[in-house]
Amino acid sequence: MTINRRDFLRGAASGSAAVAACATLAPSRAEARGNLPIPENAVGLLYDSTLCIGCKACMSACKEANDLPLEDNVGEGLWDTPLELSGKTYTVIKIYQHGTMEHKDKAENGFAHIKRQCLHCADPSCVSACPVSAMTKDGPLGIVEYNKDACIGCRYCVAACPFGVPQFQYDTPFPEIAKCQLCKHRLDDGKIPACAEVCPTGATLFGSYAALDEEITRRKAMTPGEAALFPRRTVDSGDVHEKAAPEYIDDVYGDTEVGGTQVRYLSGVPFDKFGLPTDLPERSFASKSETLQHSLYGGLAAPVVVLAGLVAAAWRGSKNHHDDE
Amino acid sequence: MSEVILPSEVAKRQHHHHKPAAIGGGLISPMTVVLGALVAVAFFFLGQRFIYGLGAVTNVNNGYPWGIWVVWDVVIATGFACGGYAMALVTYILNKGEYHPLVRPALTASLFGYSLGGASVLIDLGRYWNFWHILWPGYAHVDSVMFEVAACISLYIIVLWIEFSPAFLEHLGLKDAKRKLSKVMFFFIGLGVLLPSMHQSSLGSLLVVMGAQVHPLWQTMLLPLLFLLTAACMGFAVVILEATLAAVGFGRDLDHELPMLSKIGKIIAGVLTVYLVLRLGDIVVRGQLGAIFTSGFKSVMFLIEMALFAAPIVLMAKAANRKRLSKLFAAAGSMLTGAVLYRIDAFLVAYDTGPGWNYFPSVPEMMVTIGIIALEVLAYIVFVKKFPILPGQPHQPSNGR
Repeated sequence: MTINRRDFLRGAASGSAAVAACATLAPSRAEARGNLPIPENAVGLLYDSTLCIGCKACMSACKEANDLPLEDNVGEGLWDTPLELSGKTYTVIKIYQHGTMEHKDKAENGFAHIKRQCLHCADPSCVSACPVSAMTKDGPLGIVEYNKDACIGCRYCVAACPFGVPQFQYDTPFPEIAKCQLCKHRLDDGKIPACAEVCPTGATLFGSYAALDEEITRRKAMTPGEAALFPRRTVDSGDVHEKAAPEYIDDVYGDTEVGGTQVRYLSGVPFDKFGLPTDLPERSFASKSETLQHSLYGGLAAPVVVLAGLVAAAWRGSKNHHDDE
Repeated sequence: MSEVILPSEVAKRQHHHHKPAAIGGGLISPMTVVLGALVAVAFFFLGQRFIYGLGAVTNVNNGYPWGIWVVWDVVIATGFACGGYAMALVTYILNKGEYHPLVRPALTASLFGYSLGGASVLIDLGRYWNFWHILWPGYAHVDSVMFEVAACISLYIIVLWIEFSPAFLEHLGLKDAKRKLSKVMFFFIGLGVLLPSMHQSSLGSLLVVMGAQVHPLWQTMLLPLLFLLTAACMGFAVVILEATLAAVGFGRDLDHELPMLSKIGKIIAGVLTVYLVLRLGDIVVRGQLGAIFTSGFKSVMFLIEMALFAAPIVLMAKAANRKRLSKLFAAAGSMLTGAVLYRIDAFLVAYDTGPGWNYFPSVPEMMVTIGIIALEVLAYIVFVKKFPILPGQPHQPSNGR
């Protein structure tokens, strides 16, 4: 059969519509979605590495509060020794070690503690990724919550989280995603997260995002070596202890990382020493992904236009052929 | 021949020997028995997976939560299944009826590729019993890239079965139903081009939210376009591959299909050129040119990809090569290998969630993937033998191997 030049050009033009749809990727067309802000009534934790003594009371309190099983990584059946976040562990205290390990909170020949857990991002990748709304950040407190009854177990959240927080349970036919939810069940009962409740030095401190902001400012203004007061459990608990002010590094982990997090860290040691990702941009990955999706599929406008073009081309094709008969 | 003609069956009319015909012949052969055995092995391991959990069979972990059951069975397998998409695009949308004889075999492979790709998602889902949530109002999260992928793939599987149904209706002698369907088929053809354009690009977009965990040689906002272009190319390459394999496997003569395959070879070279310009241009614009040579193993993989994508362009530049099935086959093979590697690299090699994590598929994990491929090939063999799929031959061989 022969196709005349005009028909070919017409067909080609309509067919190119699909390709044109991709051209809407151009940023100018994008219905840009910026970072989501920290919710107004957000709560969070402040973990001050310099106050932490590595007693791991937070770890066992977390397991008790969240009904999590023991995890024996030694294999003697005598230990609960989580090495990392896992399907059985929502929080873990790790220790940076260097050289002679003589000096606490020093990078050279020193050691320092870090508490790994969900940081409760302002604009979480896991929430953006989740196709079934099992990961949400809808409540006024800004807690990133997980609903196992909605979850399909696709593990997109596990892959998406830049901090490696959500943990899938690979050892059971009925798996769930394991992740800190800031003891929301305890908050509902008027209590605070178990880890902050039991911390003997106030290294893990619970409070509103705003109150913790002030506490961070106060601590960073301290003169290293001079006596200072540190609250336990919450900023305004009144339960304080005195200790020489530490030498903090400038960075506050979680202030800007992927648009900020509600759990933040203070430390005397640079955060990359703890194996935390420190090259994260301020623009959240969730906002980039959703900007892309919105500009391609916002209101289904582009797909409908392209479909119309494709259907018209297919219809004209069929009509032309019938006319030929 | 009094039935109403489907859009581009005009071409078929003009070349009567092209009318699709069932190959016929028995179903039991050494080939089908081996395939059947592979499927059985896969089912054994799948049993373990459902009794003991994903960790009992696979090596996926919390550093690499997606293994080959996602990257091969879904991302790559649906790329291989783009033959129907690619051929529908040129035949019906660009209105080139000459390609019509290639549509049905391509559509058949797409049908099985997508149907099995869709089904194999279920074996990887940890909480598979909730799978329906993804399309259910109240659960479905439209901002999630995976929602877009799932919705479009599900719809496309339905559209594929509708597009394919004339072959069934023909077989069942339901001419009236076939005639009615043919009147509205243009709508499904349009949809059948739109949906793969959407989800094949979104398979690339899946990586955007993973951010800095994906190496800069692969992480880009152009991911959807790059995935779409390579998916379309995979579709065209698969058509060449299928035609060649069918020629060898069923002892068919390809004289009538060669001119079409030759043009498809040219299309592949064209699209790949666009792809390479975009991919490399984007890397330059993002200031990551140095990363091509300084990223160790990732650099090696990137350069292998580039070579595999460049080879078909070079091969197909010569008109003489486009007329030789062996060269076409080599170009298509290189293209497919490159596209497979691009997907494996983007999802697994370029993905780094932090120190201490490793992934390489376990043997049982691979056996499941192999079993799914075997099931697909088996279904294709059964269908081309029983239904009018492949272009008819002047002299029908009575016993396919």
